[in-house]
Amino acid sequence: MSRDAQGEHAEHSRVSPEAIAALSRILPAQSLLLTEEERRPYECDGLTAYHQLPELVLLPENEAQVIATLKLCHRLKLPVVARGAGTGLSGGATPVAAGVVLSLAKFMTILEVDPRLRTARVQPGVRNLAISEAAAPYGLYYAPDPSSQIACTIGGNIAENAGGVHCLKYGLTVHNVMRLRIATMAGEVLEIGGTGLDAAGYDLLALLIGSEGMLAVVLEATVKLTPKPQLAQVVMASFADVTQAGNAVANIIGEGIIPAGLEMMDRQATAAVEAFVHAGYDLSASAILLAESDGTPEEVGAEIAAMRAVLENSGATEVRVSRDEAERLKFWAGRKSAFPAVGRLTPDYMCMDGTIPRKHIAAMLSRIQGFAREFGLRCANVFHAGDGNLHPLIMFDASVEGELERATAFGTRILELSVEMGGTITGEHGVGIEKVQQMCAQFTPEELALFRAVKAVFDEFGLLNPGKVIPTPRRCSEYRLTGGAS
Amino acid sequence: MNGCASDWCSRIREAQATATPLTIVGGGSKEFYGRPSTGTPLATGAHSGIVAYEPSELSLTARAGTPLAELEATLAQQGQMLAFEPPHFAGGATLGGAIAAGLSGPRRAAAGAARDFVLGAKIIDGRGDVVNFGGQVMKNVAGYDVSRLLVGSLGTLGLLLEVSLKVLPLPAATSSLRFAASEARALDLMNGYGGRPLPITASAWEARADGGTLTLRLAGSGAAVAAAQRALGGEVMGTEAASTYWRELRDHSATFFAADTPLWRLSLASTTPRLALPGATLIEWGGSLRWLRSTASAATIRDAMAVGGSGAHATLFRGPERARAEGAFQPLPPLLLDLHRRLKQRFDPAGILNPGRMYPEF
Repeated sequence: MSRDAQGEHAEHSRVSPEAIAALSRILPAQSLLLTEEERRPYECDGLTAYHQLPELVLLPENEAQVIATLKLCHRLKLPVVARGAGTGLSGGATPVAAGVVLSLAKFMTILEVDPRLRTARVQPGVRNLAISEAAAPYGLYYAPDPSSQIACTIGGNIAENAGGVHCLKYGLTVHNVMRLRIATMAGEVLEIGGTGLDAAGYDLLALLIGSEGMLAVVLEATVKLTPKPQLAQVVMASFADVTQAGNAVANIIGEGIIPAGLEMMDRQATAAVEAFVHAGYDLSASAILLAESDGTPEEVGAEIAAMRAVLENSGATEVRVSRDEAERLKFWAGRKSAFPAVGRLTPDYMCMDGTIPRKHIAAMLSRIQGFAREFGLRCANVFHAGDGNLHPLIMFDASVEGELERATAFGTRILELSVEMGGTITGEHGVGIEKVQQMCAQFTPEELALFRAVKAVFDEFGLLNPGKVIPTPRRCSEYRLTGGAS
Repeated sequence: MNGCASDWCSRIREAQATATPLTIVGGGSKEFYGRPSTGTPLATGAHSGIVAYEPSELSLTARAGTPLAELEATLAQQGQMLAFEPPHFAGGATLGGAIAAGLSGPRRAAAGAARDFVLGAKIIDGRGDVVNFGGQVMKNVAGYDVSRLLVGSLGTLGLLLEVSLKVLPLPAATSSLRFAASEARALDLMNGYGGRPLPITASAWEARADGGTLTLRLAGSGAAVAAAQRALGGEVMGTEAASTYWRELRDHSATFFAADTPLWRLSLASTTPRLALPGATLIEWGGSLRWLRSTASAATIRDAMAVGGSGAHATLFRGPERARAEGAFQPLPPLLLDLHRRLKQRFDPAGILNPGRMYPEF
């Protein structure tokens, strides 16, 4: 069973043969994927429950081709969905029916690493981890590390304002990108930001990062590189009770410590992961916390001791400190492979991404357990606890009648509760098509109108990634009338 | 209208209807900055006070008229701080002004800028509507990041009502070190240190009769500061002298800033070599911020930005009103200027909020 990705944006017009002919005049033959077999891999991104076979996939090979493509599509009023590695989890790269997918996969060149300036200038299709690998010889790395960092591209990271397990201390993509070269839907090229620490005019860099491919296409990015800490160590603590684990998170921060990473997993998650990677997690614990410290050996020693004391005072039943780099990586391996590990237990799963004030973590977990019973579905929880960012993984089987609907309703309840608790429906995965509906819960009609106005400044005809992020006024009035049940 | 402070929404609606420009005034501490604004003053100082502050959430929400000094005192009681170290200048600076100007102090290169710590903002737009963007949580990607767009927009996109910020713990230990160094040597050292995992939270170089002085501030855990101090050497400053030095640098009350000569703020790549411009220089932010006291023409100074890397720009930070009116900020390329004008138009259709404060065109 699949889901119509288009919602009310579904149009049954097709990419015309004339449009295809015009595109094939500006792109080499190998840059146009026309057969169904070639187009099939592009029908969805990491949000596999939603798919739409694109009518045409374009794989330009240089900047001039991207610009020419945008200009042509702009003239033909042909919608364009830009795509990186397709690892996004909110359907930000789900194709639109009568449009083209513009893959930036061929833009894989790291143009420059400047160790003195601590920057890397890269093309949008460069993988997140490849930047850190290129910077490693200089003792530098690119700090944001989403779990998909082996595969995801910097262009996609910029579109989503990607986070990772280290962003409480090192920031999100928006804190680590200094300059963008972008093309608008009209094919106009602009330089935004720079290699200094600020730029003249409005902070358009902030506006573009996290705009989910709706404002512009990234042609090139200059990212900040961070000196690699001399040492990193992680403490793993077990708790018999999720409330105690939640409180321990607040206690660590309250102690004046900003851990390099602070993650929480519940029993369902540790069980799934342990069977997959054998990280040595305590399976008797209701929840475990992973708290990382990095810096000089002196700093790490002092911080680990302080965190251990806080964890023990917060009721941890077991505390282990990684003895060496291999063990640290093993502790993290489980957390980083939580999604695929849960994927082994269930035909389908849905990953939520709400963020709430940390103090509500325990309350949220117990509410999620209640929802799980109510909807008759299992849910494993992995949290970026330091940021209050939750990733409940709702397990379901789309081939069983009604399960997708129940999973969706379950997810909606979590997101709405996130907003009620003073948080947000998405911390780092983006709205995409998945959470368009819940935008009506988080924003007023005036706020949504301003989002539409910003969109129109960059893309007056609404051609770039249409149907994502911003719900139409009609959709929101229906949502409000039905109390979100539609 | 929900949440509309005082009678501001109706005043803004009235101003929109009659196309009467307004000049938003917080503490008035940055009146010297940017292009002069001639609208009817709209004072925001009365809209003051902390709305929410929970130390273990690392977040604080306050009304825009709250004095920075009050915020910092409240945070310090809980062992926390505004990590971007916003300047207070002559005093009376408010949160709203700090965010609208988007200026950051000595810690900027290490910790991030004002925009990096903004989590959310509530504003009245140019239509008189109260709108809220972002929130109080650390990570939030729902919708476009309008709250960060507002930082540094000099009140041209909306009247700030409330701002939510990420706050950080105060460092356990701080120590400042002094080194004799020429400008070239200091630039070399700062860029070298920048690539190493050292707890440097501020840097400044100034010319002295004997060549020049590089001052570095280390901050972090006691162990880290002690280790870095051993590794770097230099002369350790007294605690009191060091804290005065960084505060005077932040607020421009240091001697360098006292003269009447126009003050330029040059923002460029930290590795840019010494600039061949006449006048006195003070360097901050590991080399990427250079203050220049110079009578050289705006054209000469802005042309020199060509060697400063992409996006390098020069601001006439303090200078005669006429010169600032002619162009306080680096002119924008036509496409970018057009984008600014259209954004301004969408937030403030009648162009009544601080018009011309940033650029004459909007």
